[in-house]
Amino acid sequence: MTKEFKRIDGIKNNELRPMMAKVGVIPNADGSAIFAFGNTIAIAAVYGPKQLHPQHMQNPATGILRVNYDLLSFSVSDRKKPGPSRRSQEISKVTEWALLPAINLKEFPNTVVDVSIYILQADAGTRTAGINAASMALAHAGIPMRYLVCSVAVGKQDKSLVVDLTKEEEDFEEGEGATDFAIAKIANSDELTLLQMDGKIAPELVNDAVKMATESFKEIYEVQKKALKDFIEAPADSLDKKKKGAKK
Amino acid sequence: MRNEINEAHESAEQSSDTPDFDVKRRVVIPGEIIVSSEDALPGDGARREGENIVANRFGLAEEAGRLIKVIPISGAFVPRRGNVVIGLVTDITYAGWLVDIDSAGSAFLPIDESPRFINRNELDQFLKIGDVVAAKIWSVKSSKSIDLTLKARGLGKLEDGFTFKIIPARVPRVIGREGSMINLIKDKTGCNITVGQNGWVWIKGTSTDSEIKARKAIEFIANNVHLIGLT
Repeated sequence: MTKEFKRIDGIKNNELRPMMAKVGVIPNADGSAIFAFGNTIAIAAVYGPKQLHPQHMQNPATGILRVNYDLLSFSVSDRKKPGPSRRSQEISKVTEWALLPAINLKEFPNTVVDVSIYILQADAGTRTAGINAASMALAHAGIPMRYLVCSVAVGKQDKSLVVDLTKEEEDFEEGEGATDFAIAKIANSDELTLLQMDGKIAPELVNDAVKMATESFKEIYEVQKKALKDFIEAPADSLDKKKKGAKK
Repeated sequence: MRNEINEAHESAEQSSDTPDFDVKRRVVIPGEIIVSSEDALPGDGARREGENIVANRFGLAEEAGRLIKVIPISGAFVPRRGNVVIGLVTDITYAGWLVDIDSAGSAFLPIDESPRFINRNELDQFLKIGDVVAAKIWSVKSSKSIDLTLKARGLGKLEDGFTFKIIPARVPRVIGREGSMINLIKDKTGCNITVGQNGWVWIKGTSTDSEIKARKAIEFIANNVHLIGLT
């Protein structure tokens, strides 16, 4: 058994893939964001609060959150048949649960906030990228929120814990094989809102995995924060150019 | 007479939301600490957490004396009492009109709130389905019951011209302080313009050319919130 485990792309075990985040990518949505972990790209749009139909789902005490996650058919190497699947329904639901504790829809009774998450390109960790994008999109939509939500997958390759697995790493089969452990946390708090695991992990390691994710959340949070602030402070087009034509 | 339509909107609307250069503003994200102070008061979009005032939403934090609030810069329209909105008549009931004002829940315009007497059997003589109307929100009991009125200066059916949508949070910017911005556009283009708080803008000018110019100007302002000199 080798002591030093080498990741496929040569990065450190606690190193995330390069992240990309941008807010306001869908003009017609009330809020939108795109978030990428390396080759995994998720785009999220938020619509609402708006009147909820069917009426029997309306809650007079609070607004509700409705999440729809799906892979686009070209996001994976074998074309994904469009439309909801068992997997996408499950991920929609866990994403909803991951985001709900961070937001407050009490001011908007009988309404719904619709969140659509689509994966443009999948290379493992799509639900975590989706949660990160959706949390930024919710903030952009001006939904009252306590905090942003950060999410990352911690995995195990043979015996070592690694953060933010790629698809290739997820399919690792030597030794104990690969484990995929998706975690989401409400930023600036200790509340975990998503814990989902595929594979095997020793109970002692769970704590280490969560700790490892918590460290990564700091980095993810900074990326999300920067994207939101840049939306106003440093929009894509050059400021100087616009300033000239600004007055009158 | 047309110009009066706009004045009703401008007087009440931008009292608090227009940029004020004496106060400090910065972009905050949900959960970000705005100030750490025991005697600061959390206003709209902010909350107290221990000794800190924390942002409850994404927006511009503004410290005006002790009061800390977060001004929205994006998101859907949330109806408030006194807002002038532009809506589309979607249905006629025995007691009035249902108006889509592009918010959660549609609004109701009772027959009694129309400016002149209307025969109950001939509601569509005044407003038909598909008509566009400028109205004021009279009351918001819940998102389900928003009542409108036309009993104020400059409200009523909007005839001819065209409407388009901007981001509702940018409306105060487009109107400007005491209507300075919108009046400037009106003067320069010679168009009649009505800006609803729900983000719908109605323009009617003497020529298509001037209407397009007015629209472009409004869209420019709406898309450039970050430019401080633009007020």
